[in-house]
Amino acid sequence: MKYSEIVTAGLWDNNAVFGQMLALCPTMAVTATATNGLGMGLATTCVLTMSNLIVATLRRVIVTDVRIPAFVLIIATMVTLVDMSMNAWLHELHKVMGLFVPLIVVNCLILGRAESFASRSGMVAATIDGLAMGLGLTFALVVIGAVREILGSGTLFADATLLLGSGFAFLEQTLVTDYSGVLVMVLPPGGFLALGVLLAGKRLIDDRAAARAAAAPPAPPAPAAAEAAPS
Amino acid sequence: MTAPAPASPAPASLIRTALVLGTFSMAAAAILVTGNWLTADEIKKRTAEDLANALRQVVPDALNDGDLQANQVTVEAADGTPVTAYRATLDGRVTAVALPLTAAGYGGTIRLILGVDRAGAVLGVRVIQHSETPGLGDRIDVSKSDWITRFAGRSLGAPPEDQWAVKKDGGTFDQFSGATITPRVVVTAVRDGLRLFRTHRARLLD
Repeated sequence: MKYSEIVTAGLWDNNAVFGQMLALCPTMAVTATATNGLGMGLATTCVLTMSNLIVATLRRVIVTDVRIPAFVLIIATMVTLVDMSMNAWLHELHKVMGLFVPLIVVNCLILGRAESFASRSGMVAATIDGLAMGLGLTFALVVIGAVREILGSGTLFADATLLLGSGFAFLEQTLVTDYSGVLVMVLPPGGFLALGVLLAGKRLIDDRAAARAAAAPPAPPAPAAAEAAPS
Repeated sequence: MTAPAPASPAPASLIRTALVLGTFSMAAAAILVTGNWLTADEIKKRTAEDLANALRQVVPDALNDGDLQANQVTVEAADGTPVTAYRATLDGRVTAVALPLTAAGYGGTIRLILGVDRAGAVLGVRVIQHSETPGLGDRIDVSKSDWITRFAGRSLGAPPEDQWAVKKDGGTFDQFSGATITPRVVVTAVRDGLRLFRTHRARLLD
């Protein structure tokens, strides 16, 4: 599998939320605002990349019989480290998301990637897969969060400075002042509504692309192989 | 990696399995100990800062020239649980007391801090931690609404004790549209905090 294919699979084709429909528990729980989605996405990306790398490195040592406990141990250690570091150095954000970080342990996406990809791939490919899957998840969480936040609270990226520092104050937008909000969008059902509509949107884009590809004459094989070499 | 020849009836693979899992567990434990060691001080500092910020909001600086966090006294709540109160002093005389309170909210435990002056009037109440519904119950948070500031100046006589309830229950305090449970438990918690102060007044102000 070419590295570029791993990246497109993680970001779009096989996107954790919009493609595989994994990680729905954190998706519903944190996406009330775009900022929370971004924070959760980045924290998960961090854990996923590290766990993929470690699982791929140790894949010949880990005995098949005990691979699941070994994966869980690796993931739980990573998550605990991330939780402690956030509490120490990103304390404001930890107060907002503290409840959700330990939940990364049970995020089936991470165990899923360890089992189905990292344990049978090289270290570079597994790291790229972890990054791409994580960023794809981050993208999905931010989009769902943005939709829910705009409709539910009339703001976008509220409290982004807590996450990214005061240099990102420009991200915080109040789109509608004195907006009473569609409350249901902030509550968990709003997460499902937003996800459903966005899923339909992705289908539509994919169908259009497929129809266009079918209508166009078959393209000559792209000279992409050289570009896909690891940098 | 070549496995050593089995020395006992136990298959080599079983021993290897145990070794792998055992080594993994030990490595994980070592990593976590290191991580904890690196972050513990910082986390302790952040937690203390949180408490200091909350205390400053419910006890004005004008009433305090001592170390509020260090001046602790522990009293027993009506149900027997110990409550650690923080005392503000001016020239060694106790001017106000900050009491940490808890309330069973709609989404979990709500942690509050209540400032009371010598006369038993509320200086301020703030929520330290809660998991109430965003957009409904989270209006107890001062960053979302000024509701919680309306306790200031109230005491057990004003309004009368049986009026310490939300309007829906025949009391004085507003509830939120769509959320009654959260303000109800907060009002009750503040009232119980004031009762706690009244019961242990001598000890708290001593």
